[in-house]
Amino acid sequence: MISEAQSTQPNSRPSSDAVKMRATGANVYYGEKHALKEVNLEIKSHEVTALIGPSGCGKSTFLRCLNRMNDLIEGARVTGEIVLDGHDIYDRDLDVVHLRARVGMVFQKPNPFPKSIYDNIAYGPRIHGLAKSGPDLDEIVISSLERAGLYAEVKDRLNEPGTGLSGGQQQRLCIARAIAVSPEVILMDEPCSALDPIATAKVEELIDELRENFTIVIVTHSMQQAARVSQRTAFFHLGELVEVGATEKIFTNPQHKLTQGYITGRFG
Amino acid sequence: MTEISMTQSATPKVGTIGADAEKRLQARYRAEKRFRAYGLVSIAIALLFLAVLLGSIIAKGASAFTQTYIELPVTFDAATIDPDGTREHGALSSADYRTLINDALEKKFPEIADDRTAKRDVQKLVSAGAELELRKMVLADPKIIGTSADIWLPASSAADQVLKGNAAHDDSSGLSDGALAKFDAAKAAGALKRRFNTYLFTNGDSRQPELAGLIGAVVGSFYSLAITIALSFPLGVAAAVYLEEFAAKNRWTDLIEVNINNLAAVPSIVFGLLALEIFLNVLGLPRSAPLVGGLALTLVSLPTIIISARVALKAVPPWIREAAQGLGASRQQMVMHHVLPLAMPGILTGTIIAMARAIGESAPLLMIGMVAFVVDVPATPVDPATALPVQVYLWAASPERAFVERTSAAILVLLACLAVMNATAIYLRKKFERRW
Amino acid sequence: MNGEHTVRSYDEELSYLNNLIARMGGLAEAQLDGAIQALVRRDSELAGRIVAADAKVDELEQEVHAFTVRLLALRQPMAQDLRAIVGSLKVSGDLERIADYAANAAKRVLVLNTLPPAKPVSGIPRLARLVQQILKDVLDSFVEQDVERATKVWAQDEEVDEMYTGLFRELITYMMEDARNITACIHLMFIAKNIERIGDHATNIAETIHFNVKGVPIREARPKGESVLLPDVKAE
Repeated sequence: MISEAQSTQPNSRPSSDAVKMRATGANVYYGEKHALKEVNLEIKSHEVTALIGPSGCGKSTFLRCLNRMNDLIEGARVTGEIVLDGHDIYDRDLDVVHLRARVGMVFQKPNPFPKSIYDNIAYGPRIHGLAKSGPDLDEIVISSLERAGLYAEVKDRLNEPGTGLSGGQQQRLCIARAIAVSPEVILMDEPCSALDPIATAKVEELIDELRENFTIVIVTHSMQQAARVSQRTAFFHLGELVEVGATEKIFTNPQHKLTQGYITGRFG
Repeated sequence: MTEISMTQSATPKVGTIGADAEKRLQARYRAEKRFRAYGLVSIAIALLFLAVLLGSIIAKGASAFTQTYIELPVTFDAATIDPDGTREHGALSSADYRTLINDALEKKFPEIADDRTAKRDVQKLVSAGAELELRKMVLADPKIIGTSADIWLPASSAADQVLKGNAAHDDSSGLSDGALAKFDAAKAAGALKRRFNTYLFTNGDSRQPELAGLIGAVVGSFYSLAITIALSFPLGVAAAVYLEEFAAKNRWTDLIEVNINNLAAVPSIVFGLLALEIFLNVLGLPRSAPLVGGLALTLVSLPTIIISARVALKAVPPWIREAAQGLGASRQQMVMHHVLPLAMPGILTGTIIAMARAIGESAPLLMIGMVAFVVDVPATPVDPATALPVQVYLWAASPERAFVERTSAAILVLLACLAVMNATAIYLRKKFERRW
Repeated sequence: MNGEHTVRSYDEELSYLNNLIARMGGLAEAQLDGAIQALVRRDSELAGRIVAADAKVDELEQEVHAFTVRLLALRQPMAQDLRAIVGSLKVSGDLERIADYAANAAKRVLVLNTLPPAKPVSGIPRLARLVQQILKDVLDSFVEQDVERATKVWAQDEEVDEMYTGLFRELITYMMEDARNITACIHLMFIAKNIERIGDHATNIAETIHFNVKGVPIREARPKGESVLLPDVKAE
């Protein structure tokens, strides 16, 4: 019994060569502390790129550079070049608000607004002028919830507060909120660290589905999650990018000794 | 499946510890009991003081809510009040109702008919307000001219005080022996009764205690407070939002913060002096007006509101701000749409505290002249007016005995206003909270 | 299998692995069948093709190996999934050996065809048919994860041993009759041995199926028929 559909290895879609974002010589200083050192990394389109490494290695710092959230931290300074589709995101002429609509973010702790589920999703489209109200807005809200795999669970309580959902549902709500503004890139900072295994599996399946339409960069302290979810993995250590490559290669045959040591649990 | 067996050998029971540890444990329990006792005793003392304070005020002021009325047989003699028979409003308005009252008194006490002294004495039993009552009745319905009826009219404050027992039944009450005798007769005949004192709530201030009311003061306080809220709330919240969310954190903002904290502790009379100088002398605003009172109270309450609003804004969790900004909200949108609504309960609490202080402040109001004797109810915030705390001060300073109980009554009204304000604000705060 | 994984790509990968094994099984069956046909019909061309086709099976085994390692690294399988994946690795090894034995038999057929036909050839197809049936049964029960059927197969190894021992004696008799038969009979002996080894590997697969499904290995010793070795030495 051989199924014809399985004649090629699944999930072996050839990775696109299109580069969505690229960091060249990126450095971040928090006051005197040199948190990120000379990082050169490419994020390819329609792929999930995982950033792994021990605590304090700079992976979250790097993630926050990609949508300029480091600007909000007092005393943070970013040097180097980071481009989105070829345009420098730190360019003075670029509107940060517009950048953050193109590069969305999901945080570690699910943080829905203390508003209704509907208003949570509708907030982004409203402030970016994607839809004012009425059926246009309804459509955006419903399709975002559907893509996040949450619509069936909440469709008859859209007016209840978003904070009344379970942890896993809240995180999917935050993902739906992020995709409601039709970003091109979604950044996820340890999105499953506050969730139980079942909720985590649901979010990972969601990430797999989202890959078709978005580029995803995920920071995770669980290497196993990085192995399950990503196509490319980058290993950070003490602020430096040590190794980056195809996930399968990194986890079966890493080149660098530090990478091998971290993955096999020999340090950190 | 292998079975797990529990050995019952030398497992010590949970809770058994050494003797020393046992002693320390007991000492800890005793210390805890003592601590709780301290707490209970403190609360008991506080409640005791509160009970004593409220009790004494209520005891003194309760009687002010009733007024003595005397029943007199009044004939609305057309000859006296409307000799021309025109029933014209102006004529009726300025007619001589005093005569009607005197006639009624004679009818009631026929024995005083020829005794002028007795007549004068007995007139002291009736309030000047009785004439106003009769006038009101006639103007309302001129058809009663020519009829007679037994009408309850307000008694004088002297008679009122004697009936309530606040004044002794002798010369010191202000009534002569003759008047007192008639007083007793009327009382025995059931012609003296205590009724609810509507004048307290419908009249402005007056030299006659029985006619003195709080409405002027209440309206004056209301206008002052309305202006205070209208000015200090937006200014305070806006200042707090700017300082907390938008201003750069440097030495200048630190300096401003220190100064605001100091201002919150400044005695309010200093603000009164400031108001006197700037608003009255330099800007020439009308004296004794609730507008100026409101401005002075704004100065008093602004630092409190700013400080509590800043604390409320600081308490909004940072991940709300991150979520909003991560979505692409500008700083202003983040503050207006998310941070401010979440901080509202805290801000409202701070505003309640500030307003509760403002309604009871008399020092700045005294400085700007709201201490005058104002009879009319202010129609607009720029008319001269007085305020509740000032009214309390004025009545407390008056010599008439009847004002003693009215002072306490005024305090009770002030406390009631405070309670209503607090309740409203707490309701509003709860309403905001539930919306999430 | 009960229920699907929340992450669908995991299920896709597992079914891809199963298909690889199924393909290998089909190839191994075809190799064995071809080798026996080549022996019976004295068809050297078929035998040559069988020998060449062994490379394909080796390739598949490499692919299963690499894919299993990838699955273990990337999916961190647990419990049933872990047993299934490790089981697939073992089964692919067994299938590769089965195909090897078939190819070895085909090589010997090439030599036999240069010699005049020998009489005991007829015994071998009988043995082969039994082993073919065992192999088919065990592959079917692998696809269906059917433990009962696999256990029945496991018990049939006794029959194979008996039949092989009988054939062994027959061949020795022929060799003692006529010394000119010795060369052909030696080759036939090796072919029979290869087929018996195929039966052993099929039984291995049955044991793996039991472990996959039940989580514990078959406890009893494999039932062994009469052995060609001395009575108190256990057959392997």
